[in-house]
Amino acid sequence: MTEKRLMSGNEAMAEAAIRAGCRCYFGYPITPQNEVTAYMARRMPEAGGVFIQSESELAAINMVLGASAAGCRSMTSSSSPGISLKQEGISYIAAMELPAVIANIMRGGPGLGNIAPSQSDYFQAVKGGGHGDYRQIVLGPSTVQELVDLTVCSFDLADEYRMPVVILGDGLLGQMMEPVSMPGMRHVEIKEEEWVLSGCRGRAPRLLRSLILDPGDLAAHNLHLQEKYRRVAAREVRFESVFTDDAELIVVAYGTPARVCRAAVAACREKGIRAGLIRPITLWPFPREEISRLASQASHILVVEMSHGQMVEDVLLSAEFRVPVSFFGKAGGLTFHIDEVIRKMEKTNQKSKIKNQKAKSKKQKHKSKP
Amino acid sequence: MARVEINIELCKGCGLCIEACPKGCLKISSGFNRMGEHPAEWGSDEMCTGCGLCAVVCPDCAISIYK
Amino acid sequence: MEIIYERPESLKDVRTHYCAGCGHGVVHRILAEIVDELGIREKTVVIAPVGCAVLAYDYFNFDVCEAPHGRTPAVATGMKRVRPSNVIISYQGDGDLAAIGMAEIIHAANRGERITVVFVNNGLYGMTGGQMAPTTLIGQRTATTPMGRDFRECGQPIKVCELLSQFEGVVYAARCAITGPGNIIKGKKMLKKALSIQLADLGFSIVEFLSACPTHWKLTPREAVQYIEEKMVPCFPTGVIKDTIK
Repeated sequence: MTEKRLMSGNEAMAEAAIRAGCRCYFGYPITPQNEVTAYMARRMPEAGGVFIQSESELAAINMVLGASAAGCRSMTSSSSPGISLKQEGISYIAAMELPAVIANIMRGGPGLGNIAPSQSDYFQAVKGGGHGDYRQIVLGPSTVQELVDLTVCSFDLADEYRMPVVILGDGLLGQMMEPVSMPGMRHVEIKEEEWVLSGCRGRAPRLLRSLILDPGDLAAHNLHLQEKYRRVAAREVRFESVFTDDAELIVVAYGTPARVCRAAVAACREKGIRAGLIRPITLWPFPREEISRLASQASHILVVEMSHGQMVEDVLLSAEFRVPVSFFGKAGGLTFHIDEVIRKMEKTNQKSKIKNQKAKSKKQKHKSKP
Repeated sequence: MARVEINIELCKGCGLCIEACPKGCLKISSGFNRMGEHPAEWGSDEMCTGCGLCAVVCPDCAISIYK
Repeated sequence: MEIIYERPESLKDVRTHYCAGCGHGVVHRILAEIVDELGIREKTVVIAPVGCAVLAYDYFNFDVCEAPHGRTPAVATGMKRVRPSNVIISYQGDGDLAAIGMAEIIHAANRGERITVVFVNNGLYGMTGGQMAPTTLIGQRTATTPMGRDFRECGQPIKVCELLSQFEGVVYAARCAITGPGNIIKGKKMLKKALSIQLADLGFSIVEFLSACPTHWKLTPREAVQYIEEKMVPCFPTGVIKDTIK
């Protein structure tokens, strides 16, 4: 590791991508991720790569499709409204089994919304986003250093599984400056694997397509994709646990709100509340088993998100209604203050205690009946 | 003396080769191909010069010419 | 016996799904012939559009990539930038290129991408049932202009080659009619020049083919060819529209 540099999340992500061997970046300006495009415009030619400011997000994602089909590590980035436009291309990339990295530095929505941080594209990212039955790996960094590390990781995952990988950050992460240590420059060759389109010299012609007219064949292709997604789900789940061993109140948060929640959990511990934090790092695949396990141990789960309740649905599915799940969210660009999270945690803990007592006394009453 | 071979399974009987032929060597066959179409048929090796115009207009690349 | 004409190596020996008399077959064939003549089969990649030619990958005997509707030039751009020594051909119909993909084609042309566009203009959407395209003639009846195209409602047919010729990045733009043998031979020369321009790394090249759709024009193949000559050519003049390296 080199010495630390102070960098904004957007610029750090761009540099990390280049160091991971990304040699094609196609982007269209949109706030709050413009620094990525500007950084790539300057840095990509130095690295001997391709930078194009595309005419639209549609063009950008399809340039990624073409560059990836030709064997190059390729990336595009945008923010919420722009990511909606990219969904067409992402669906094709998933169907054609091409590697691609797409960064979404989320802003307030719906519609044009605003340029303040948000997490309201969670559904779009983890449930597929575009048409058809596909998945993409979704990574949710919470610090600039983690953004760097996960950017490098995203290219490896995309190549390994030949599927789109989404880096799901929020505007806060993109804009904030933090000290980071950059990985060394990796030399990654243009791929010559058996699916890459390079001209049929000395081999049979190849085809990359998503149109499979025969229902039986398309069904088989879908089953093949699902099998791959199961493999990813079994192998690639990542999360961070803080104080969960003996926790009664589990907070679940990702991205920058998880930083506030981490501090709030520590503060609640000092107040005698046995609180813990689960921070999903992969949002798809979701750390379902870990949350399911904790649902048997804890008496309450609190989900904190910069949206009006998206990841909470995955938490509910994971907890299988074995434990009450509360939600604390806001959207539109508002961020969390530690005091309000602590208050919410205290209230949740209180509610949970009262409920437990009631349940206990009910049980006792029931028992005392002859 | 030229010889025109028509792959009747590729030919869909559009008749454009008949239009293109300056010598009237081609016609639509009364027989069928597997798809139930009447393909083109080359009948006259005496008149055919092997000019290749039929192959130039054929949308189905069904024609080969030898001389 | 001497071979006067045989199927080019770049075209697979299979029956196409195109209707009888469809122009796509001729364009496929002459493209395959040129690829053979230039000896570039092993470095050619065609980007197939959405539309009737989406299945072109079943017919060309070289690498083929599919693209979302209209995005063919963007996919071609990404591919060419990664592998500049490959020959990248964007094969597009009129709906794909001039309606949904207008932004992509204009900007690829303006950037002077070193790609060659094969533009097949039959004045309607064949695959979806003969709806109006940007190139549908005034008065032409289609599934979505049952009374004929009215320019006050639907605008004028878009002349793609003339439009793209305005950009400096466009080195060569030409239009030919897929009618008799003479015009087809002319069109083949145009396409060969367009591909030579890409091989010489000079810039963007496009050849537009006025092409028959007997099925949706509700004409016989022979009548469809006459229709091109009588109705389409007056609207879309054939010939070389731009050539900066004469």
